[in-house]
Amino acid sequence: MNYLLANPEIVWELLQRHMYMVGVAVGLGLLIALPLGLLVNRFRWLAVPVLGTLGALYTIPSLALIILLLPIFGLNATSVIVALVIYVQIILVRNVVAGLQAINPAILEAARGMGMNGWQRWWRVQLPLALPIVLAGVRIAAVVAIGIAAIGAKFGAGGLGTLLFDGIAQNRFDKIAAGSLVLAGLALLLSLALLGLERLFDPQARVARAARTQPVACSETPEPTF
Amino acid sequence: MAAIRFVNVSRTFPGAERPAVDNCSLEVADGTFVVLLGPSGCGKTTLLKMVNRLYEPTSGQIELDGVDIRSLPTTTLRRQIGYVIQQVGLFPHMTVAQNIAVVPQLVGWTRERIAARVDELLTLVELPPAEYCARYPAQLSGGQQQRVGLARALAAEPKLMLMDEPFGAIDAITRTALQDEMIRIQRKLRKTILFVTHDVEEALRLADKIVIMQRGRIVQYDTPFHILTRPANQFISTLVGADDMVRQLSLLPVTAAMAALPAGYRRNGEPTVGKDDDLRQALSLLLRSGAPALIVLDGEAAVGTLTLENIRSKTSA
Repeated sequence: MNYLLANPEIVWELLQRHMYMVGVAVGLGLLIALPLGLLVNRFRWLAVPVLGTLGALYTIPSLALIILLLPIFGLNATSVIVALVIYVQIILVRNVVAGLQAINPAILEAARGMGMNGWQRWWRVQLPLALPIVLAGVRIAAVVAIGIAAIGAKFGAGGLGTLLFDGIAQNRFDKIAAGSLVLAGLALLLSLALLGLERLFDPQARVARAARTQPVACSETPEPTF
Repeated sequence: MAAIRFVNVSRTFPGAERPAVDNCSLEVADGTFVVLLGPSGCGKTTLLKMVNRLYEPTSGQIELDGVDIRSLPTTTLRRQIGYVIQQVGLFPHMTVAQNIAVVPQLVGWTRERIAARVDELLTLVELPPAEYCARYPAQLSGGQQQRVGLARALAAEPKLMLMDEPFGAIDAITRTALQDEMIRIQRKLRKTILFVTHDVEEALRLADKIVIMQRGRIVQYDTPFHILTRPANQFISTLVGADDMVRQLSLLPVTAAMAALPAGYRRNGEPTVGKDDDLRQALSLLLRSGAPALIVLDGEAAVGTLTLENIRSKTSA
């Protein structure tokens, strides 16, 4: 606690670094997981090989995976970010697929029958309906990534892990305490924020909100949210 | 020119031993309400879904206003055709107004035109716009949801409507109300409608013409009255209950059997029926009231008289 109060700018910098790694990893992870999930949803036979492979990758210890990546990406944050992207895939893809499969087929038939093309169906129907479950995946992935990113400090990636490893090396309990505290706080806050987003996009919650508010005139609401 | 023409259309699903639709040819005239009727698995839904190309025919051709439907991109074709399904399929994350606005947006209407259209359609299906447009589908009853489904299908002013058992999952009382609504709307809009059902009463009530299907083939295509009075075979006779005289009467207007008023007639408190009512209603009234004759009204004016004898002469004819 003392360390935290005495060196807020150092901790702040490490925190930013940490959030950067987690943000880039989850963002890139999502960019890969969304099309991959869509593919698995379309071609069901892909489910076993894709989810199986991603599941197997998830079981590789993080230290080992980062070391394996070092010769390719070097001793820096890139190796760590790539490792994080690989780790969050199984969580994200599984949730994207679950979200898509939870959509009532009649809704998709209506969308097709009304003349939406594939892109319009994805953007205006599938994505918004799958969003709460996808966001749940993002929340879990982010928390997992925060933890694993801490190990990245061992490989010159920086971030809050630096405080932990330095603290151990220098026998400085105050550094360890500060690092742990901020890491836990980050995980908690991010988790809560994403939980809020999930609620926001949950169709049932939306209905409940609409029921509480007064109806508005039609002309004010013709544009769909997506 | 026929609005829809099926020319030797067949469709065999992979792995099926017989075709779901077997060499069907059919012409549907502009502005007619055609019901596809038959038992489960007779191919009626398959035939319907080939029109908006949710299924493709294995062989044969379908024309819309003389144009082969394969000459258009599927999305363009579908945006010109209203589509209503049994499970409704409203988008749960969009309000009622947003649901109705979908196809007009796809075809690029302006905001103002869409807003006006949404109001107009909600009024048409008797859901007051001010009250319903901002609601979500989950806040509506099943019957109200299907009214929105109907409004959504009508939104971009399609000439053709495809309706796949739209009232099949709705309770009997609401279903009758929706059928009445459908009749009223069709009188007003005169769309070409293909409507799938396995409910004989529904088919007889709604259809201008009925297509009866059995094992993928069209076995009779005729008016409801002819289907009942001249069923093409025993299967149809049993299916529609052709020997049910009361059912036949429900398809005949009062005017078909009424006699001229006696000269110098004066209203004397006799029970009355409207001239657009059917003979089943008239029969029911005759039996219930015990009166020897009914007076047929056109608005307020008496135009004819109807006795049990008049009705009987119609059924034996």
